[in-house]
Amino acid sequence: MAEIRNYTMNFGPQHPAAHGVLRLVLEMDGETVVRADPHIGLLHRATEKLAESKPFNQSVGYLDRLDYMSMMCNEHAYVLAIENLLGIEPPPRAQYIRTMFDEITRFSNHLLWVGSCGLDLGAMTVFLYAFREREMVMDMYEAVSGARMHAGYYRPGGVYRDLPETMSKYTETRWTKGKDLKRRNEWREGSLLDFIEAFARDVPDRIDEYETLLTDNRIWKQRTVGIGVVPPEKAIEMGFSGVMLRGSGIEWDLRKKQPYAMYDQVDFDVPVGVGGDCYDRYLVRIEEMRQSARIILQCVDWLRQNPGHVMLKNFKVIPPTREEMKDDMEALIHHFKLFTEGYCVPAGETYAAIEAPKGEFGCYLLSDGANKPFRVHFRAPGFAHLSGMNEMTRGHMLADTVAIISTLDLVFGEVDR
Amino acid sequence: MNGKEKSLVEAVNSRFGERVRTSPPRGGMVTVDIDVKAWLEVCRALRDEEIFAFEQLTDLCGVDHLGYGQSEWETGDATFEGFGRGVAGFGPGRFDWAGRPEAGDIEQRFAVVAHLLSFRHNRRLRIRCFAPEIGMPIVPSLVEIWSSANWYEREAFDLFGIVFEGHPDLRRILTDYGFTGHPFRKDFPLIGNVAVRYDSQKKRVIYEPVEIEPRVGVPRVIRQDSRYKADDVDRAADTEAERIAAAASASAEGDENG
Repeated sequence: MAEIRNYTMNFGPQHPAAHGVLRLVLEMDGETVVRADPHIGLLHRATEKLAESKPFNQSVGYLDRLDYMSMMCNEHAYVLAIENLLGIEPPPRAQYIRTMFDEITRFSNHLLWVGSCGLDLGAMTVFLYAFREREMVMDMYEAVSGARMHAGYYRPGGVYRDLPETMSKYTETRWTKGKDLKRRNEWREGSLLDFIEAFARDVPDRIDEYETLLTDNRIWKQRTVGIGVVPPEKAIEMGFSGVMLRGSGIEWDLRKKQPYAMYDQVDFDVPVGVGGDCYDRYLVRIEEMRQSARIILQCVDWLRQNPGHVMLKNFKVIPPTREEMKDDMEALIHHFKLFTEGYCVPAGETYAAIEAPKGEFGCYLLSDGANKPFRVHFRAPGFAHLSGMNEMTRGHMLADTVAIISTLDLVFGEVDR
Repeated sequence: MNGKEKSLVEAVNSRFGERVRTSPPRGGMVTVDIDVKAWLEVCRALRDEEIFAFEQLTDLCGVDHLGYGQSEWETGDATFEGFGRGVAGFGPGRFDWAGRPEAGDIEQRFAVVAHLLSFRHNRRLRIRCFAPEIGMPIVPSLVEIWSSANWYEREAFDLFGIVFEGHPDLRRILTDYGFTGHPFRKDFPLIGNVAVRYDSQKKRVIYEPVEIEPRVGVPRVIRQDSRYKADDVDRAADTEAERIAAAASASAEGDENG
C-alpha cells in the first residue's frame, strides 16, 4: 500500500471566503483539516503606534478603521477610556445617542454578517436582502456624521453634534420616480429620529424575511449544525467574548454585567445558545438584531422627550462652538490651544471595554500626563477568536473551515490593527 | 474605591505579600505589579483559587517605557531666551531608521500588561510584570495557564521583542515575513524602515528604504498645572449643568408668560 502523507495547502489571502486578507495554512489529511495556522498582519497599519504620535482626539478617525463594520462601537471604547482618565462624564443625551448608535451599529454589523455568511455557504439571496436594509443604516450614519462609514462621531465628552432635524431625500432620476420615489422617501419626511423609528419598527418583519430564507433551510442547517462546536470551558479559556461566548451557553454580556452608557436604563434580553455550534451562533445573532431594534426604539423615545446638550461644556477638553469662538476671546484661546496642542490627560492607566457586535472591544490606555497617549492598546475580539481557529477546525472538512471563518465574524481591520 | 475592589486588594496583598505590589484602582480596576520571578506562580493562583477565579485572560500587551514622562516642549518657565518651540525631541516621529537612537540598557523599560476577567465574581484585574533588562527582555509565558495568551504573547514579541520563555510557538505575527526590528519600541522610527512596491522592470515586488521625511506636527507636551484635575473638570461640568437648568426653567417661564 502506498504511503499516504498529509499535505499543506494555502487558503487565501486572495479568497472570497477569507473575509479580507486571511492567509490560512492548512495541513490536510485528505479532506480533513489536521492543523490550521492563520497568518495575519497583512492589514497591519500600526494604529496603536500612530495613536501614540498624535493628540488624543486625532485618533478617533483611526478607530473607525479598525473594525470597519462596527465603526461607532470602536470609537465608543476609545472615548470611554479617555473619559475615564479625565474623570468626565458626557451629558445623558449624548449617552443615549451613543447607546442608540451602538445598537444601530450592532444591527448593521449583524446584517453584514448574516449576508456574507450566507454568501459563503451558498445562500445568495440573503446577502441582497441584508444590503437593502444596510443601506438605510448607512444613511443614518451619513445624516448624523456626514460620512457613510467612517463616522468620527463620538468625542471625549459627548458626541460631535446633535441629531439633525431633517433627513436627506432621494431626488427624481430616470430610474427612481413617481410611486417608487414616493415609497423611498416615505420615512424621510421628518427628522432623523422619525426615520430611525420607522426603520426600527419595520425591522422585525425584515428579520423574519431573513429567517424564512435560512432558519429552517435544509442546506443551511447541514452546513452549520454541529460545525465548529466550542464547549463553554474552552470558549473561556481561549479568550472568546460576545456571541462566541453566548453561543456556547455562557450568559455574559457587558451591556448587562458591566453597563456603560445608558444600557442600565433600557430594557432588553440577552439571547444565549445551547450547542455552541455555528447554527446556535447564527440564532443568537438574529435574536440580537431583534433586541437591538427594541433598544433603538426606547432610545428614540427618550431622545424625543429630552432635548439638551450632547457635549460637555468644558473648554479645557471640548472645543467651543464656532459661534462662541467668534464671539469670545477666552473661547478663541481655548479653541486655538485645543486644535494646536490638544488637551493633556492626567497620568494613569485605564481599560475601557464595551460589548461590540463581535465581542469585547477593549481599550487599554496609558498616559504619562501628555497631550498624546503614551501607549494605547486595542483589545480586538476578532484577534482572540481567530487564535482559536486551530482548535475549532481540527477534524473538520475543508468546506467547514469556510463556515467556521464566517461564524467567527472576522474583520481584518481589527484583527491586524 | 468601593468595597468590592478593596476586598480584592486586601485579598491579593494578604495572599501574595512581598511578591506583588498593588496600586490604588483607577477607573474601577485594581493593578497588581508582580515580580518577574513570581509571575507564573501568582498567575496560576489568580486563576485557580476560588477567591480570585480569574478564568479568562482577556488581553495582554507589551509596553515600552522608554521616554515615559518626557516632554518635548518646556512650558513651565520662561527663560531669558524665551519659550522653546517644541522642535527638538526624541519621539519616534523625529528620526529615521539610520538615525535611530541607541537606547542602551534601561531599568524597567519593558513591561507586560495583562487584563484578567472573572466571570464568577464579575470583576477585572490588571497584572503587570517588568522584564529584567539585561540585553534581552525575558518574561515567562502564560500560555500554560491561559491558552488565550498565545497570540497576545506572539504579538508582544513581534512588536516589542519581549521573549516569552516557555511559549510553544513564538513567531512573529503581525509584521511582514522577514521583518527586521520591533516596530512598537519607542526607538523604532514612526515612518518605518522599508517600503514595498511593485517594480515593473524587474516584474516583482521589491523592498526599498522609505522615502518619507520624519515629521512631528504637534510636539509632545506635559502640562503639570491644575486645570486638568478631575474634580475641577467635574465642577465645571456641574456649574454648566446648573446654568443649563436655569436657562431651561427661565425659557419655560418665558413660554408660560408668552
